[in-house]
Amino acid sequence: MIRTAERTGTALAALALALIALPASAASGWGLLNMPEGVTELSRDIYSLHMTIFWWCVAIGIFVFGWMIWSIVAFRKSKGAKPDTTMVHSTKAEIIWTVIPVVILVIMAIPAARTLIKIEDARGTELTIKVTGYQWMWQYEYLDADIGFFSKLSRDSDVARQLLSGIDPNSVPNYLLDVDKPLVIPAGVKVRLLITAQDVIHAWWVPDFGMKKDAIPGFVNELWIQVDGDKTGTYRGQCTELCGRDHGFMPVVVKVLSVDDFNAWVTAQQAAQQQASTKPVNTGSES
Amino acid sequence: MATHTHDAAHAAAHDDHDHKPHGWRRWVFATNHKDIGTMYLVFACVMFFVGGLMALVIRAELFQPGLQFVDPGFFNSMTTMHALVMIFGAVMPAWTGLANWMIPMQVGAPDMALPRLNNFSFWILPFAFTLLIGTLFVPGGAPAGGWTLYPPLSLQAGDSLPMTIFAIHMMGASSILGAINVVVTIMNMRAPGLGLLRMPLFVWTWLITAYLLIAVMPVLAGAVTMLLTDHYFGTSFFSAAGGGDPVMFQHVFWFFGHPEVYILILPAFGIVSEIIPAFSRKPLFGYESMVYATASIAFLSFIVWAHHMFTVGMPLAGQLFFMLSTMLIAVPTGVKVFNWCATMWKGSLTFEVPMLFALAFLFLFTLGGFSGLMLAIVPADFQYHDTYFVVAHFHYVLVPGAIFAIMAGVYYWLPKWVGRMYDEKLGKIHFWLSAIFVNVLFFPQHFLGLAGMPRRIPDYATQFADWNMVSSIGAFGFGFAQLLFPYIIWKCVKGGEKIGNRAWEGAHGLEWELSSPPPFHSWETPPSMATITRGAEH
Repeated sequence: MIRTAERTGTALAALALALIALPASAASGWGLLNMPEGVTELSRDIYSLHMTIFWWCVAIGIFVFGWMIWSIVAFRKSKGAKPDTTMVHSTKAEIIWTVIPVVILVIMAIPAARTLIKIEDARGTELTIKVTGYQWMWQYEYLDADIGFFSKLSRDSDVARQLLSGIDPNSVPNYLLDVDKPLVIPAGVKVRLLITAQDVIHAWWVPDFGMKKDAIPGFVNELWIQVDGDKTGTYRGQCTELCGRDHGFMPVVVKVLSVDDFNAWVTAQQAAQQQASTKPVNTGSES
Repeated sequence: MATHTHDAAHAAAHDDHDHKPHGWRRWVFATNHKDIGTMYLVFACVMFFVGGLMALVIRAELFQPGLQFVDPGFFNSMTTMHALVMIFGAVMPAWTGLANWMIPMQVGAPDMALPRLNNFSFWILPFAFTLLIGTLFVPGGAPAGGWTLYPPLSLQAGDSLPMTIFAIHMMGASSILGAINVVVTIMNMRAPGLGLLRMPLFVWTWLITAYLLIAVMPVLAGAVTMLLTDHYFGTSFFSAAGGGDPVMFQHVFWFFGHPEVYILILPAFGIVSEIIPAFSRKPLFGYESMVYATASIAFLSFIVWAHHMFTVGMPLAGQLFFMLSTMLIAVPTGVKVFNWCATMWKGSLTFEVPMLFALAFLFLFTLGGFSGLMLAIVPADFQYHDTYFVVAHFHYVLVPGAIFAIMAGVYYWLPKWVGRMYDEKLGKIHFWLSAIFVNVLFFPQHFLGLAGMPRRIPDYATQFADWNMVSSIGAFGFGFAQLLFPYIIWKCVKGGEKIGNRAWEGAHGLEWELSSPPPFHSWETPPSMATITRGAEH
């Protein structure tokens, strides 16, 4: 109990400090307030849709909340307000506040539909990777290159995340968002992911790519990604469909390489896989 | 009609003709709408605290990154059980309790139409929830696949699976019986002269809710029965390996699930439509458009279900249809919000506790409506889906939405029920603590979701630590503030200041024409036309 109280005290102190330091620490957790713009054309389209509808909501909010606050302030009985009990109906007002929202909705629906059509257009992909969800890891198979491997939570995170492990998650780099072997894709290339699952439903998501898709046993879903040519780097996400006990512990990590680096990686992987697959055949030839 | 000019005073004189049973028999064999209503409300209150305790387990674990208190499997049970208990145990029985208390009084009836059915529909519930909560103690633990029970995950449960399914069947039966009773009462027991379009909005919204319940609870029963046969009798409705389709479960579930969320919120619209005019001392603006808007929302609720599952991989045409139909809901909902605003406009407002809760509903439900509109935009939903943004959205519409409206209703009608006034000062403290902490609790969850935190995870990456801590502080503040609620009610029942028939200066409706507390058999003789006219000044 004392430890809990201490922890709460420390947390409250930390909260107070953090609130004071809020503008200074925009890069830390406090500054994470919005959706990332991401590194693909689609993710930027989605971000701009998100911001458009957000600003529409802000505008409508200013109007509606303004109206409410005005009424609350101006028509108080304590200020001597007399009710106008004849004001019970107005067809004109009702038509106006039905038609205007419809117009706003149409204005919002058009760009949304346009982006959706773009998202669904999976033509012209140059590389296909099959993604399979398992409890609780991902399997990636490069269908054109004969490479395949599993990708699961990195050892450091896995040790630290055990109940009462005593390890401070802050001391683990990329806690819960790191894997032993990330998916590798080339930048600037339209990559097709075929997403499915082996046991229960999972969902594959990298916020910087703008989209998630369910991985459903017995079904194959399609998702395409085209990371900007200059946005090489590592991008992280998580399984987003409840998939059992360790749902929170099956991250998605994608390493985006330049096309040349990617080709070199493929060659190296193929060589390694060749070696790995010949070895067991040699040793197990007796049986 | 002239012979029927009996009034509240007359009815009160009949009070000693109650013949009500005493002791435990009064409750176990209850057929009186008020007694059954009270039992529903007490049950809902108990479940609200049980579900709240589960929420606090969740928020305690999420206070810091790393696992400090519970196993991830138990954490999943907590999220699943919290939802089932709150939806089926707290909010729905609270609405039925309010319907039991208020509908006969508001339509000029002596009681509900089907009193024994009423008794049965209540007494199913304690057994259903004993079974559901009992799953915490069976091998394999409580259900942990989410309240949505998606297969194949939900089929991995142990002994909890058949118990949960049977409990859901019982809750469904209880809801259907309660709904039938409401429909029959409203259709057949209205006082002569009380036309449909003179009914109070609470009666209207409940009538529509009752039809929704009758329409969709059997769908849920069908879905969970198919889960049962898939697990125990070798069928493959939802198993791809046997030629079934796991996504079909989601379609069937949400065909129930979306109307269900309106079942949770429509009576709230009704209550707010009673309270805002009362404390604005002005009739409800656009009464008929309120009724039609409610009916439109109910109709639309049947054709938007797949917006809960945009990421399952639907055809483009399907996604467009469900996006557009979902966006349409904003129109009738907007009409309601505008009507409430127009009701306050040029009114004469006072801010007693029921009004405060109704105003918080108005602000915060609208906020939840905005995030709902954002979620309707399919491409953006690909980012929002199954993140804390969704958690923030539906908690905004359910906690300061449904729960605040229930509390507003209880504070509004409690003086009528017991004939005594609650402690206004304590009520205000309860309100302000609730209103502040509910925002501390849920507002940061918008940030967490947008920044990429999935829902239903027991532990998170360290960049999410700051806002999770704030959210957890809000949760404990909100949770403890709720302890005031039963205390205020208890204090009011025990010794509040006595009040007359009309507890609130601006309150209209037949219930205020009865004595406080009302006679055991509310309207033994139908109210006169004059009484109806006086009461029906919406």
